[in-house]
Amino acid sequence: MTRYSLTHVGTAALGCLAERTSAIALAVAVLATLLATSCSRKPESAPLPKPTAFGAAIIESSGGKQTAQTGSLLPQPVVVQVNDEQGTAVTGALVEFAAAPGVTFDPTNGLTDSSGQVTTNISLGGMAGRYQLTASTLDKSHKNVELKIEEIALGYQQTLGRHLNDQYCERCHNPESTVQRVSNFDNLDVKPHPFTEGDTLNKISDADLTAIISHGGPALNKSALMPAWGNTLSKSDIQALISYIRAISDPPSRSAGPVYAKN
Amino acid sequence: MNDKLTSLWQRLFGDSVRAFGVVSLIFLASLAIAPAKNFFSEWRHYQHGYLKMVRNRSDANTLQRHFQGGIQQVWLPELGVVDRCTSCHVGLKEASLTDVPTQPFRTHPAIPHKIEQFGCTVCHRGQGAATTLTEAHNSTLAWEQPILPAKYIESACGQCHRGSLPGTPQLNQGRNLLSRDGCVHCHTVKLPDGTIMKATDDPPSLSHIADKTSREWVYAWLKDPQAYASTSTMPNFKLSDDDARDMSAFLIANSTPLAGDTATLTAKASSDPAAGASLYGESFCASCHAVQNAAGNMVGGDVGPELTRVGSKVKPEWLQAWLRNPRTYDPGTAMPHYRLNDGQVATLSGFLLAKADSDLLANVHLEAATPEQITHGKRLVSDYGCASCHEIAGIKKPENFAPELSRIGSKPVTQLVFLPGMQHTLPDYIATKIKQPRSFGQGLKMPQYTFTPAQIDSLTTALLALNDRSNTLPASLAVGATPESDYQPAGKAGKLMTDLACFSCHRINGHGGDMAPDLTWEGSSVQREWLVQFFKNPGTLRPSLIRRMPRFNLTDGEVNELTDYIMTVYQNPVIDRESMPLSGYSQGQVELGKQLFYGKYSCQGCHIVDTKTDKGYIGPTLTHVGSRLSGAWVYQWMKNPQALRPGTAEPNRAMSDEDARALTAFLISQKGAAAKEVAKK
Ligand code: HEC
Repeated sequence: MTRYSLTHVGTAALGCLAERTSAIALAVAVLATLLATSCSRKPESAPLPKPTAFGAAIIESSGGKQTAQTGSLLPQPVVVQVNDEQGTAVTGALVEFAAAPGVTFDPTNGLTDSSGQVTTNISLGGMAGRYQLTASTLDKSHKNVELKIEEIALGYQQTLGRHLNDQYCERCHNPESTVQRVSNFDNLDVKPHPFTEGDTLNKISDADLTAIISHGGPALNKSALMPAWGNTLSKSDIQALISYIRAISDPPSRSAGPVYAKN
Repeated sequence: MNDKLTSLWQRLFGDSVRAFGVVSLIFLASLAIAPAKNFFSEWRHYQHGYLKMVRNRSDANTLQRHFQGGIQQVWLPELGVVDRCTSCHVGLKEASLTDVPTQPFRTHPAIPHKIEQFGCTVCHRGQGAATTLTEAHNSTLAWEQPILPAKYIESACGQCHRGSLPGTPQLNQGRNLLSRDGCVHCHTVKLPDGTIMKATDDPPSLSHIADKTSREWVYAWLKDPQAYASTSTMPNFKLSDDDARDMSAFLIANSTPLAGDTATLTAKASSDPAAGASLYGESFCASCHAVQNAAGNMVGGDVGPELTRVGSKVKPEWLQAWLRNPRTYDPGTAMPHYRLNDGQVATLSGFLLAKADSDLLANVHLEAATPEQITHGKRLVSDYGCASCHEIAGIKKPENFAPELSRIGSKPVTQLVFLPGMQHTLPDYIATKIKQPRSFGQGLKMPQYTFTPAQIDSLTTALLALNDRSNTLPASLAVGATPESDYQPAGKAGKLMTDLACFSCHRINGHGGDMAPDLTWEGSSVQREWLVQFFKNPGTLRPSLIRRMPRFNLTDGEVNELTDYIMTVYQNPVIDRESMPLSGYSQGQVELGKQLFYGKYSCQGCHIVDTKTDKGYIGPTLTHVGSRLSGAWVYQWMKNPQALRPGTAEPNRAMSDEDARALTAFLISQKGAAAKEVAKK
């Protein structure tokens, strides 16, 4: 009797289980659709366009070495070009862009246009520092050909430094003139260095940079054409300038921090 | 079955000792749940990870000493902040951890505030009290504010800082756009200090538009403002052909002529392109107006409208009257009254009318308007809120035409509508709404703007700063903006200054533009005779400047009026003219000043005293400075230039009195050729 009832219980339990599985299956299905719908909220990555041609090399046309605030759009788009072995532009080759998480491309891929180029707008990631972007295309043997481009994201302090540089330093230190700003570089008998010149500036310690900016050229036995800014700028202003100088130097300074690249 | 249960019961709770044992076990197990949850918690995992990472560093000892285990918390009751972020973000305050590539262990970038002062969520949003990654960072049902994407982080600064900051260019630009591109004409923005944000653009009145332009142009403009001027800030209302036809019909029919506005031509517009171009150049029209050149680049300023196709817009008689005196048509215009003579008006109007684009109106053919069309046009003009921006006779400026944006930065996500493919966050909603306002549903009226992606990010940043927190901030934390003063000079000279629109470029007592020098203390700065000459023939003091002071063809009487006013009213109390005379310095002093100029202070890097040797040209030329500036001004300038003109690029050298006096002596001895001219008279 006991045994009988036990088997009974067993079948009952089994039946129950079967019922439960179907219920679970239902629940899973519901969850899956829920998940799917919630996922489809995120922009879906469209299928890659089909390349109609293949190149041999990929080069940067413009847009490298720009600076932007963390998380923000680079001022200019990045343009890359795919060439064949002879160096002629290839139309219809597929270019894909990749970078560290947090960097966004618009678009993330594309076929080269009639001049062999693909243009993309880029927002850098949320952390200040250097970002390495990769543009890649396939060659005839379907091997990946890569191009690396570097861009610089400025944090708060460097952004402040850039502002001060624009206001007080740029006209002497940058040889390039723009419509808004005429350069004074050529008028100086002793030439200053553009702040991107890492080879020179990286050799100057933070303490020496502080000294020359605060007390002028003579503080480092240099020309008095470099004025003293210590009474015009605050200590934190000068720190901000130095962090900006360090951020944009090329080659990078030792204190520039890690380079963010794709994993 | 029952037996089975009974026996189980018997086995577990048969006697009281057993029962006690089992109950205690259950009790203990349930007690262990909390510690176990705690033990396996995410933050503990991160803290272990941190200690593991730190172990292999050269500064391990210091970092370990600083490390505090357990849940960390910043509690700021005044701000409603309970932030436990530092439980996982362990290394935020460790200066050496800048080389750690990713959070949560990287140093916080340098900012002017301390974590203890503001916590984390005041700037970054997110759920501060949460102790798991997802709950802290993402929006949940119970918490709507996810972490703010880095690109909008400056909005956090804007919660307390109401003016512009040098370190927040994006916020500054966004705020600027809100008022400059006229968003606040339709949307009320009540700032946390209680003031209403004002628009800084000045859309023209349409009450007399038929004097100025044709119905065809109005039609084309309504259909696509950027086709006429790509820099125009007028948005596109995406009107149907019929609606544009009816609105143009109404605007023209509604227009009344203005006396003196289309004065009969005294001179035919002459076609002398070379003379026109040179008058356009001499008058420095390009300081304010842009023209697109053949290469497609905009050349010129953005204070006034773009003139690339102006010849396809304006009627010749209106243009001539406008050039003669723009204040007749628009008393509040930023354009100066140039006092051009008839010949100049003819030359300049001819030059401008030639800037036409035959394609613009080629396909616009409008039949005479019917009364029904005009009535319908009037309805459309009210429905679209045109009068929010433009004065239109017979139509009242609508109030609260568009939703108020004073707290848009805290709008609950549950109240928002999202488009497919959009992230469900407030910043994405705001950005997309600015980018494609009409895509959110049928019948929406907000027009399409032509903002760049960077401008949209800036606007979103500025809007996110308008939130509950910025409105409920303890007063001690708010950093106010310097309000724009409404300073107006008095009397006859004041009228003249308004007529010449001095304030479009110059700032005086906190009011006016920033294109040209601040004149608040001009009377202490310059010599009277120089000022008179400058009004008559303004040259430039700075070879590197592209924008310059135009010549206004003032009469002698007007020049005297202005000069007297400036010399007596715009005085700096610190500057005593008598203290530093314009002559009588010893040769030794002048010589010492010269040495300082070329040596210790190397002023020739930016200024020219001797045109043969000096080359620096980003500062004013000083060849005539002795007949331009007052000695006392030069002396004070040597001592502290920023005190006289905040923000000037001239460095403060903290000069000794002796050096300052010697340099003043040297500079005042630079009288140049002008002195000879003056002497000749
Ligand atoms: C009037 C022009 C001028 C301005 C403005 C100016 N500098 Fe210089 N600076 C110079 C000159 C010239 C030198 C080179 C001195 C030498 O090599 O003897 C120099 C040198 C330097 C150096 C040393 C490295 C180098 O380039 O040789 C630093 C660092 C520097 N300047 C920083 C600044 C900063 C920061 C500012 C803005 C706050 C600034 N300068 C503004 C003219 C200028």
